[in-house]
Amino acid sequence: MTARALEGISVLDLSEYVAGAYCGKLLGEFGAEVIKVENPEGDRARREGPFLNKVPHQETSALFAYLNTNKLGITVDCRKKSGQKILRELVSRADILVENFGPQLRERLGLSLEIMHEWNSRLITVSISYFGETGPYARFRGTPLVAYALGGYMYLTGEPDREPLQGPGPQPEYLGGLHGAIGALASLCSREHTGVGQHVEVPIFEAMVSLHQFTIVRYNYGGIIQKRLGNRYAWTHPITLYACQDGYVAMSASAEDQAQRLMYMIGMESLLEDPRFADGLHRLANADAFDALVEPWFRERSKEEVFHLCQEWRIPCGLVTTAEDLLHDPQYLAREYWVQVEHPATGVVTFPGAPFRMSETPWLAGRAPLLGEHNQMILGERLGYSMPDLVRLRQDGVI
Amino acid sequence: MVLPLTGVRILDLSRVWSGPLATRILADLGAEVIKIEVGGQADRSKTAIPEAVAKMMGTFPNGIPGDQPWNRNGTSIDFNRNKMSVTINLTSSGGRDLFRRLVAIGDVVLENYSPRVMRNFGLDYAALREINPHLIMVSMPGYGMDGPYRDYVAYGTSLEPQAGFSGLMGYPDKGPYKLGVAYPDPVAALHAAAAVLIAYWHRQKTGQGQYIDLSQMEAATALIGEFIVGYGLTGEVPSSLGNRHPYMAPHGCYPCQGEDRWLVISVGSDEEWCALCRVIGRPELAADERFADQLNRWHHQDDLDEIISAWTQNIDHRVAMRILQDAGVAAGAVLDAEEMAHDEHLAERGFFWEIPHPAAGTFSYPGLPIRFSSLALGARLPAPLLGEHNEHVFIDLLGLSREDLADLGHEGAIDLVSA
Repeated sequence: MTARALEGISVLDLSEYVAGAYCGKLLGEFGAEVIKVENPEGDRARREGPFLNKVPHQETSALFAYLNTNKLGITVDCRKKSGQKILRELVSRADILVENFGPQLRERLGLSLEIMHEWNSRLITVSISYFGETGPYARFRGTPLVAYALGGYMYLTGEPDREPLQGPGPQPEYLGGLHGAIGALASLCSREHTGVGQHVEVPIFEAMVSLHQFTIVRYNYGGIIQKRLGNRYAWTHPITLYACQDGYVAMSASAEDQAQRLMYMIGMESLLEDPRFADGLHRLANADAFDALVEPWFRERSKEEVFHLCQEWRIPCGLVTTAEDLLHDPQYLAREYWVQVEHPATGVVTFPGAPFRMSETPWLAGRAPLLGEHNQMILGERLGYSMPDLVRLRQDGVI
Repeated sequence: MVLPLTGVRILDLSRVWSGPLATRILADLGAEVIKIEVGGQADRSKTAIPEAVAKMMGTFPNGIPGDQPWNRNGTSIDFNRNKMSVTINLTSSGGRDLFRRLVAIGDVVLENYSPRVMRNFGLDYAALREINPHLIMVSMPGYGMDGPYRDYVAYGTSLEPQAGFSGLMGYPDKGPYKLGVAYPDPVAALHAAAAVLIAYWHRQKTGQGQYIDLSQMEAATALIGEFIVGYGLTGEVPSSLGNRHPYMAPHGCYPCQGEDRWLVISVGSDEEWCALCRVIGRPELAADERFADQLNRWHHQDDLDEIISAWTQNIDHRVAMRILQDAGVAAGAVLDAEEMAHDEHLAERGFFWEIPHPAAGTFSYPGLPIRFSSLALGARLPAPLLGEHNEHVFIDLLGLSREDLADLGHEGAIDLVSA
């Protein structure tokens, strides 16, 4: 039996949608017991596709299935008194609780942070929200698009002469979830010294603003407001995407020697003599001219050929991939990155595996729970509700 | 104050963004991070920088590189608060011996070299665990520690498309696109920080160290997992939605008053839609059949986008955001660097930390976006000068003498020219 790093840690995931779910998923994949608490209608991620065979069904949402692996699933309506009683019993037994209700809803559900910490002084609560609970934007409604915009990512993405672009999927929520996991883990460590839990707040807006490499520094230090450049890079060229016969490669010749090798590789070393292309800054200033000269070489070749040839020449170059490409990617296959996840409603589906590997306490594959799948196990066997009572709770819509 | 990682000593060999960000988070959480810097490496090579280049980069105080630009680069100062710096030359056998002595008194080693490097130095996990059986070591190269691309050169700008992101981004008429930041870097950094915390927790329980193998590309693909799973469920290869959404509408980016000013709006309910109609002075649209419910709005997005743009183009984007949000509509101004730096919400929340630095002066930097109710986090130390802590680490921690240090300097194991 392989060791589980977070063995014995119990997590209550009361969150909806992505951020809290990814936090719980990460903790569960390294051995914590994660109980996902949904209202009886189910997490709204269950209603988001794509679905198996494109037919909406609460058990076959790709988003829910991916984000909730390795969790036990129960349903509790926290607005009802009986539901709040169940929550209290679960909270009393939990180490970590993840939620994204916001303070008003928490109050209405009888789940204020003060009360929960009274029920369980060792509890670590993790609240992931878009803006935090204080400040001028505290009551703003957040979505991934809003966070891409306020977090400074959109201004930097897309063509300079047209509207900026969002990223793929709900990245801001994922980043919130990752910070939530870090906060929860750090609090576990603190609790060993203090014997008590604490409250962790992760504002997604702040997470986004903290994840810029140059943007804020260039403004504060140099008064420069960095702006999007399409697929080009602020300080040198060629760092961009080039079209090939059958797709695109991601050229990233950031060092001068790499750019020079590229010129030799494509048989255009004469360009190195051209004053317009003398160094990275010049090539950037004349990027349109430069690209017009080199693009034909790329367009005559397949992306795979270009990718491998560049790497042979020690030129940093990647591929632009689709989901289909990735499932056949030799690097991912050699590393056995993909796992097959079997689920009663979807059958066997390929999922990404471990985001990192630990030699002694390996990552655990698993599947998402059916709605209310573990009601009997947790409410019945653990909390002691009798079968007739569970039926009554079900009839009343509490579970 | 005892912080979560007080007493944890991390030897940080990493460079650029992903590793340094991971160790900055751990340092913010109380770890003692010793940045091991070798002269001539990308992070802090001791080369002069022409003023024209410094001005163009914008990462030197007021564009002035100074005599020691390696101690005045704002990006480096941003990433390396709460850390110490020593200069050890791992290409020298004396330097490697010195590193081994640090490993013996360390808890964590974190590196993001390409996979051959530590092995060629004789400093891979198998070797280091002989010195320190409880060691936690993290390797975080671009493609992975093994596999056919193991020795391939990777930067965030080439990994992001390869991890599957760019194929999911673009305009309706043009693509693919990359995000405007080297996104795999912070994604790997956050996963690495979590991994170290998990390994440390396990070690506190069991005494057992371990090796963490993190491929930056694999960590990145984890954040588009639902697209991969969706492909498996439908057989349809997912592609870009532009600024649209699978089911929310309106959902897009609208031009506002001024030069390159934009507002995003994402409406997820009929209530929000009605509120939007009132705010933009078109209450009759709430009764318009074309927009009666989400499905209908989704099918008439082109019309919606035109209607909304007609309103947004005459209003400042932050004013528009405020009006819409006050009415319960999810709207966000597309902020540039200046706007983020002066944002009223971030200011009131004390999000930016003002940190004085001996060589660069005082500037504001993003803080840690995790608030703990019973911990006071902050910048205990500014980013270190190159080699600033050579004496403290080698003399105080390792017990070497000044003569030892001089010898190590002469043989090239360390770089004595620190400050």
